[in-house]
Order: sequence, then structure tokens, then C-alpha cells
Amino acid sequence: MKRERKIRILVAKPGLDGHDRGAKVVARALKDAGMEVIYTGIRQTPEQIAKAAIQEDVDVVGLSCLSGAHNHLFPKVVELLKEQGAEDILVFGGGIIPHEDIPALKEKGIMEIFQPGTETREIIQAITEKIKEKQEG
Amino acid sequence: MSDDPKKIQTAKSAWETETVSRTLDRFPERKTVFETTSSIPIKRLYTPLDTESIDYLQSLGFPGQYPYTRGVQPTMYRGRFWTMRQYAGFATAEETNKRYKFLLDKGQTGLSVAFDLPTQIGYDSDHPLSSGEVGKVGVAIDSLADMEILFDGIPLDKVSTSMTINATAAMLLAMYIAVAEKQGVDSNILRGTIQNDILKEYAARGTYIYPPKESMRIITDIFAYCKDHLPRWNTISISGYHIREAGSTAVQEVAFTLADGIAYVQAAIDAGLDVDAFASRLSFFFNAHSNFLEEIAKFRAARRMWARIMKERFKARDPRSLRLRFHTQTAGSTLTAQQPENNIMRVTMQALSAVLGGTQSLHTNSWDEAYALPSEKSVTTALRTQQVIAYETGVADSIDPLGGSYLIERLTQEIEDKANEYIQKIDEMGGAVKAVEAGYIQREIADSAYNFQMEVEKGERIIVGVNLFQQEEPPLQDVLRISPEVEKYQVGKLKKVKAERNDDRVSQTLKRLENAAKGTENLVPLILDSVKAYATLGEISGTLRKVFGEYRES
Repeated sequence: MKRERKIRILVAKPGLDGHDRGAKVVARALKDAGMEVIYTGIRQTPEQIAKAAIQEDVDVVGLSCLSGAHNHLFPKVVELLKEQGAEDILVFGGGIIPHEDIPALKEKGIMEIFQPGTETREIIQAITEKIKEKQEG
Repeated sequence: MSDDPKKIQTAKSAWETETVSRTLDRFPERKTVFETTSSIPIKRLYTPLDTESIDYLQSLGFPGQYPYTRGVQPTMYRGRFWTMRQYAGFATAEETNKRYKFLLDKGQTGLSVAFDLPTQIGYDSDHPLSSGEVGKVGVAIDSLADMEILFDGIPLDKVSTSMTINATAAMLLAMYIAVAEKQGVDSNILRGTIQNDILKEYAARGTYIYPPKESMRIITDIFAYCKDHLPRWNTISISGYHIREAGSTAVQEVAFTLADGIAYVQAAIDAGLDVDAFASRLSFFFNAHSNFLEEIAKFRAARRMWARIMKERFKARDPRSLRLRFHTQTAGSTLTAQQPENNIMRVTMQALSAVLGGTQSLHTNSWDEAYALPSEKSVTTALRTQQVIAYETGVADSIDPLGGSYLIERLTQEIEDKANEYIQKIDEMGGAVKAVEAGYIQREIADSAYNFQMEVEKGERIIVGVNLFQQEEPPLQDVLRISPEVEKYQVGKLKKVKAERNDDRVSQTLKRLENAAKGTENLVPLILDSVKAYATLGEISGTLRKVFGEYRES
């Protein structure tokens, strides 16, 4: 039987925001759920994140931003991945993000936005399902 | 009241075996273990037996007297209420100036400036890393020109101003001094606070620039400068707030904050300052979280611990050096996006714990902050919450009204004991700077944050509206938004400043600053000269970056 590759995920903090409680909690929960997780640390540019995602050969990028700069930073990461031929990497986001921003972010290629109060198991489930859809599709 | 411990013990045992156990047989308690956020067990009942070992005069004393457990001032709120100080700032200096005037008009009694991230990390608004962040979490300040607009029409001899600024604290303080000078206000009467607490930036908040050693030098330079030129200024606000927001327990919050405080005092002494020359201007900043009784005990324990640390460890003689004066903010991380109106009640109780704990100033969060910066309406409700506590409840009429409660005194003691264990561990590691560099404090906080989240997800910890009593609701609309136009406008203003200033003067002042940074001269006067020449924040910070290098998270 072919052994399934573990889901590889880059948890990243784009921009200047230093609030990484959520990013760290999510990273640890994903690891506990059996995924391979790389955490970039704070203050990463979209360019650094895209580069790391490609170098690390991840399936998923999880972006966390609490500073309000998400509309600028999240789509930038998606664009850069696309430009570098890595549009198969799925991008998720979370943080202090108003509801009304979500449709536009999804339109720009963010798979899902997780707002405050989201449980880690919802995040794990969403990632697992999207990966499965991608493999089947 | 009879308090013979033997009699009480006998009666208590009888109560447990006869009365309680019969009830327990029929109605078991809700949980087998009740405990605080710091895993301190909470008993069914506290009696004089729990406070028997606490010596009143040694451990509690009187307000305004060592060890200050009951309060730092002799009359506390009977003289004057705490300062109601709402942290505010967004978009441009023009917009924020309007919000300040709005808040002062509503009865706020002090200002508190929120800066945007580029300002906090020493980048101008046109820097590539500033892209998307300009004016988002606070006001954008690129040069003295912005600071002049920020305080336009606000008399700096009348208000006290707190500034949440750390790595670039010296630059923003210099700008404040320069604005005051233009208003004809001498720096020696300025009142306010700069946060200036870099250690918690490495540990929890993230707006560091320079490595620890160089950062500590800037901080002690500020202490030394203010001692001579701004005697009424709080030169640092040693902050547990962000440590708690990052996920720590109440005990960790006190322990890591006071360990940071110890590191600053030691650094200043090592730089040749006499402890009593600067210690009275140190201030603190704590979080008011949701475990009501633990929080009240925490504030009291912190006060007693600091008095003892300053007296016993640092041999301070001036009573003012022993007093832990603190600002409090209610816990942002407890605000929920679900049923956000419930946040008003959370904030109310957190604020009440701060008042019962004897805070000197208070910020109450707004109910919509799990979505965005607060609107004018929500921030008014937050301020009104403080005013209701102050004017309607009567809790401010007697000092430390919960002092003497068996539970509160026992819990105060237990928090002190547990926090001291942490401080001892940090001492053994070589102090807070070493503990941060080793990642110890960061790991402790991250572990607590993870445990908290797992408890919520297992339903062991209830958050109303999030994991119990949920309901379907329409999404919140019309939250405050910062337009991308702000960035363009700000960059335009910056260009104009650069075009109109004397570039020779700028480069001369920056050159002098660079040379001083390589030596040991106090940097603050040189930063002040650069600021007055309209050197930008990015240029001044960049000059020091060249000499000091940058800190990288390991």
C-alpha cells in the first residue's frame, strides 16, 4: 500500500504585526493532528512567504494577520505563488478580519478565512477537506 | 468576633462532615477541581484559618505605606478617581487629533496614543515594509510635522499623555518635547508615560528593532535624560498586558513583568544611576482578565512584591521608589466576535476588578474590537462603563474594599509565592534578558496559550456564545475601516516635509547621532536635535540600525 504523504503546511505572519498567539496555537494544533508544520516567525514580506512555501514544498500556506492589513497582504501571497507557478499551494487566512472583507478575499484565491473564536479542529477539517478535493479533482 | 483557630477548625470540620457531605451526597458539585487560570486551587470556602499565617502589619499595612498591598496612595479614589484613559489612534494625525478632542469632550481625563506598526518599528510610511500597514493599528507619524498636527489645539501643560511606543520611544518622546516647546511648554512640567518596555516586545508583542543590549542602553539613556529634564514623566511602563494577551496565566503575567522590571532597574544601576534617582518614575501596565477574584488578588500581589523587591534587592530608600503604580487595560483577547454585545459585560467586570485592585489608570475595551478598531459609539460605551463604576457603584468610596476577605488575602499570598518561584528560576538563568534570549519566557507563554485553547475546545473552559449558548446571528456590519487612501496621503505629506526641510541640518544631526551611538554618550539630546531638524522617524531609526544592527527571532 502506498503510504500517504503528510500534509505540509507553512504558517506565516505577513506584514509587521507581532501578534502570533493564534499562529502559534494553530501551528501546534496542526502538528498534533499529524501535519508537518513550518512556522516562519513574525514580520515576513509576501515575497519571503511565497519563496519559503515553494522551497519547503508545502501543500498549504496559513496566513495570520491581526493588524488590518489582510486585504493588502493575503492576495499578494496568492499572486506571488501564481506568478512562480505554484498556484497549486492552497492559501488559508485568519485573524481580525471583518465579515464584509471575506468575499473579496475568497475571490482573490484565499480558500477560507477563519475569524476569532474558530476552533483548531475546524481549521484542521477545512484543510484536510480542501486537500482531498484537490487530490480527487 | 471570636477567631480562636482551634475552635474554628473544630467547627469547620463538623460543618464539613455533617452539613456539607450530606448535601454532596445528593447534589455533587459542578466540578471535581475548581481552579484559577494559574492552576491555583480554589476551595469551597475560605475562613480565618486561611489567613492565619498572614501578618497584617507585615503583609498588608496601610494605603500609601510599605508594602503598599492596600494601595499606593493614602486616600486612593476618595481623593480622585483613577485616570480614564482610552488608547486611541488610527489613520492620520489629523483624524486622530479629532478623536482625541472627541474623547476629551466626553470626559476622558488623559490621552493614550496608539501608533501604527511602521511608526512602532521605525519605518517611514513610504518604506516597502510599511505597505498595507500605514494608519491601520494606530496613527502614522513620520516626522515632527505629524506630531504637531496630532496635538494641535491640545495644551500639553494640561493633559497627561501615554504613548504606546517601545523600540522608537526615544524618537516619539523627543517629538513630544519638541511640540511642547513650540506650544511654549517647558519639558519639566510635562506629564505622561512612554511604554519603552522592550523586553516584553521580544517575549510577546513583537515590535522590537535592535538587539537587547543596545535596546537596554537606549532605555537607560532615557531614564537618565528624564531624571534631569522630565521629572514628572513616567519613563517606562513595564508591561504584563501583552504577556497576558499572548496567553500567559495571571501568575506568569506578574512574574515575567516583575522579572523585566528587575532587569531594567539592574541595567540602570549598572549604567551608573542611583536607584532612587530613577525608580520613582517607573510605572507598570497590567491586564484585567476574566477570572475576577484572581485578578484582584494579582494586582495586590504585584504591588507587594515590587515594594519588597525594591527595598530588599535594590536597597531603595525613597518610599516613592517602592510604589508600583500601574495602568490597566481590559483583556482584548477575551473579546468575542460571537454575540459581540456580550463583550460589554466582560469589559465591565474586568474593569471592576482593576478598580478593586487599585489601578491608577484604566482603558476599557470596546465591544466591537474582535472585528476592527472601535467606532465612536462603541468607544463611548467603553468610557461610560468606567464612569458608571466610578460614579454609581460606590466601590471607590473605601480603599481596597476587598482587603481582609479570606479568599482575597489567601489568593494574594499564593500568587506572590508562585510568581516568586518563577522569578527565582529567571534569576538562576541570569535574569530576564537571558531568559528571553533563551526563549524560555516565550515557551512558557505559548504553552499556556495552547493549554487554554485546548480547554476551550474540550469544553472544560466555557466562553459564553462561543462554546456554549451559541446562536445564529447576522454578521456585524459597518465596522471602522481605514481607507487605503490614508497611505497615499501620508506618503504625500512625508514628501512635502522632505522637500521643505534643510537637508544639511538633517544629515549633520544624524551624523552626530551615529557617532554617539558608536560611543557611550546619551542619545536622547541627539535624537531631539534630529527630530527638530525634521529628520524622519525612519531616518533616525535607520541611523541607529546601521550602528546597532537588528534583532532576529531565533
